[in-house]
Amino acid sequence: MSNPIRLHNGPGAAAILSAGIGAGALGLFALAADAFAAVRRVLLIWPPSGPLSGVTTAAILVWLVAWVVLSRRWATRDVSLARVNLVAFALLALGLLLTFPPFMDLLQGK
Amino acid sequence: MEISFRDLITVLHGMGFGALFMLAFSGAIGVIYATAAAGADSPIARQSKTMFRFYLISMALLAWLTVLSGAYIIYPWYRAAVPPGVTDLSGYPRALLLSSPRTAGWHELGMEWKEHIAWFTPIAMTMVAYVFIKYGPQLALHRQMRNAVLGFTAVAFFATAVAGGFGAFLNKYAPVRGGHDIVLFRQD
Repeated sequence: MSNPIRLHNGPGAAAILSAGIGAGALGLFALAADAFAAVRRVLLIWPPSGPLSGVTTAAILVWLVAWVVLSRRWATRDVSLARVNLVAFALLALGLLLTFPPFMDLLQGK
Repeated sequence: MEISFRDLITVLHGMGFGALFMLAFSGAIGVIYATAAAGADSPIARQSKTMFRFYLISMALLAWLTVLSGAYIIYPWYRAAVPPGVTDLSGYPRALLLSSPRTAGWHELGMEWKEHIAWFTPIAMTMVAYVFIKYGPQLALHRQMRNAVLGFTAVAFFATAVAGGFGAFLNKYAPVRGGHDIVLFRQD
């Protein structure tokens, strides 16, 4: 049986890191919409759903743009997955923390 | 036996998409781990590749259907503003919960957490499906990538459990009801 050609890890790393970036962006947009009335107004792109519509749409855009940019840069490269994982999971943890209402309130001194 | 239109859509969101997605999680962990463990040369990995790809793509689609139906169909019903003069809040779940300090927490913690945390799941599962399709059995050669994929899958499970759990409780204390009634079974 022939050994398959080992694929570069760049495309996978781009997907993992961009998912982390999207998660972090979701947390930051959620906090910003909760803390600042001006941001809340900007993110009100579909009033029946309130600022949630803008928070999630903006986070998805950040995630997809990051994915496209990183995919192009790393398409034929091998990158340090240990470092990518560290950053991706740190951003994921940040996103999870910032969307937890008691932590969000703590940051705003509520 | 009747059900209101909004009840039906809420059931579809929670039980049709969300619960089905939750049930598929253990399978996803198994699929990723088994494929990576079998290695690129395994005939089992090659034969099962198409089915495993379909499985993970279906999970990602279910995750998107769950959050999109929640945010753009059910959430507007949940947070509808109470018209002036209305005192019966049963048709306005958010206002109903906030009307009492005994139930306000279900909105302030439950819904406010649920409405955001649920969105980690489709992002994570789309990434997981993509990486699996791209690398498949080669995940055996990229252990750190496999670990990241499993880690994101576990976080997606947690996020779905939080969103689904609070969704069930919220619907118990302040159900989303209304719209025309649909007759499921008529007893003569």
